Amino acid sequence: MLAKRIIPCLDVDAGRVVKGVQFVDIRDAGDPVEVARRYNREGADEITFLDITASSDDRETIVHVVEQVASEVFIPLTVGGGIRKADDVRRMLNAGADKVAINTAAVFNPEFVKEATTRFGSQCIVVAIDAKRTSAEGEPDKWEIFTHGGRKPTGLDAIEWAKKMVEYGAGEILLTSMDRDGTKIGFDLALTRAISDAVTVPVIASGGVGNLQHLVDGVVQGGADAVLAASIFHFAEYSIEEAKQFMADQGVEVRL
Amino acid sequence: MSKSIAVIDYGMGNLRSVSKAIEHVAGAGDQVHVTDNPELILNADRVVFPGQGAARDCMAAISDHHLNRAVLEAAKTKPFLGICMGMQVLMSFSEENQGTPLMGLFEGQVRHFPESRDADGNRLKIPQMGWNQVRQTLDHPLWEGIDDETRFYFVHSYYIDPDDRELVAGTTDYGIPFTSVIARDNLFATQFHPEKSADAGLRLLQNFVNWDS
Repeated sequence: MLAKRIIPCLDVDAGRVVKGVQFVDIRDAGDPVEVARRYNREGADEITFLDITASSDDRETIVHVVEQVASEVFIPLTVGGGIRKADDVRRMLNAGADKVAINTAAVFNPEFVKEATTRFGSQCIVVAIDAKRTSAEGEPDKWEIFTHGGRKPTGLDAIEWAKKMVEYGAGEILLTSMDRDGTKIGFDLALTRAISDAVTVPVIASGGVGNLQHLVDGVVQGGADAVLAASIFHFAEYSIEEAKQFMADQGVEVRL
Repeated sequence: MSKSIAVIDYGMGNLRSVSKAIEHVAGAGDQVHVTDNPELILNADRVVFPGQGAARDCMAAISDHHLNRAVLEAAKTKPFLGICMGMQVLMSFSEENQGTPLMGLFEGQVRHFPESRDADGNRLKIPQMGWNQVRQTLDHPLWEGIDDETRFYFVHSYYIDPDDRELVAGTTDYGIPFTSVIARDNLFATQFHPEKSADAGLRLLQNFVNWDS
């Protein structure tokens, strides 16, 4: 049976891991290559790098990071952040990324998703969706797409948007609940379930993981095909091995 | 003895991970060439034939790069490893793109996964993306050191269905059981991506580099 995937995510700023990674056994926890190496050793199913570099001068550094990681870590690598044109996709793939996540650029220019999937294939184009609940208590569930770290509403309905992105060729959806991101209270399971049921392609749940039960819930209740988390792994609260063992004990199919 | 390994580049998909993984397991003197040059391919000691993307685009690219003859020749004469689309296009016909004739080295169809659900009633997503188990249905030097039912990394919406079941070297379940590996003489081909399948994938690539077919 196909295993549910566990994907650690690294935020990288000018070539350095940020949001603090704390491992006692890593010499330089700010070095994305060292952190990726460790996650690979622990059995990560994929690794995602989110480039949050603000200055365009430093944006080239993520290419070098991907090159280095790809030459010694042989699991799928996804890179997101600042992907705006076909040339950005090509550069990342040439550096050794397997998939590229398109976020804001998809919202402002949906045709870009079509262009990228036609040119590079659906299998390497992930559309990242940042959604926020806009329905009030007691109203039917409704989520909207937000940009700028959840600050700017777009008026786009999250479910309709996800369907449209799949029509445009997206091979996978990376779904982040902006309400839950950073809260550690668990995924927005209703959102995850709604999107997962609405699209034919795999959905990665993201935003809110605080413990291992949350990972199980994302898969079992949310219907996610993969779960993405950052801080619970960075701070060595749990290793990826522990997470997988816990999920397996709860009856979730994982790669051990 | 040092070996030359050609990775066939016909512009379909990202070959960097394939060449990096092979360089990682190859001997110090071995040479890995990423190339679309038919001569280099025919002169290499062994050949890797990767591929990603749609069937029609792959067939067009093979033809545009004048690789048809070199690929078929290599597939019959030297250690040859097909990966993903590099396995599918060896069949005779694909359902993809309203029907696409393929290279036809082996009789058989390439089919789209049917709609199906898992035990909990969730719809199985297409593409199949992730780590799935491979049942080894044949003793083969490329399986050496790799446990039966080991997980490898898959990304695909279509699967091969060869007429000759004796080609089958591995099967996998995704709603239905399908052929995930074939082998014949000097040829071995996988639907999964060994270059992305961590230690098991590297072991398979190493076995390929050392294979005396």
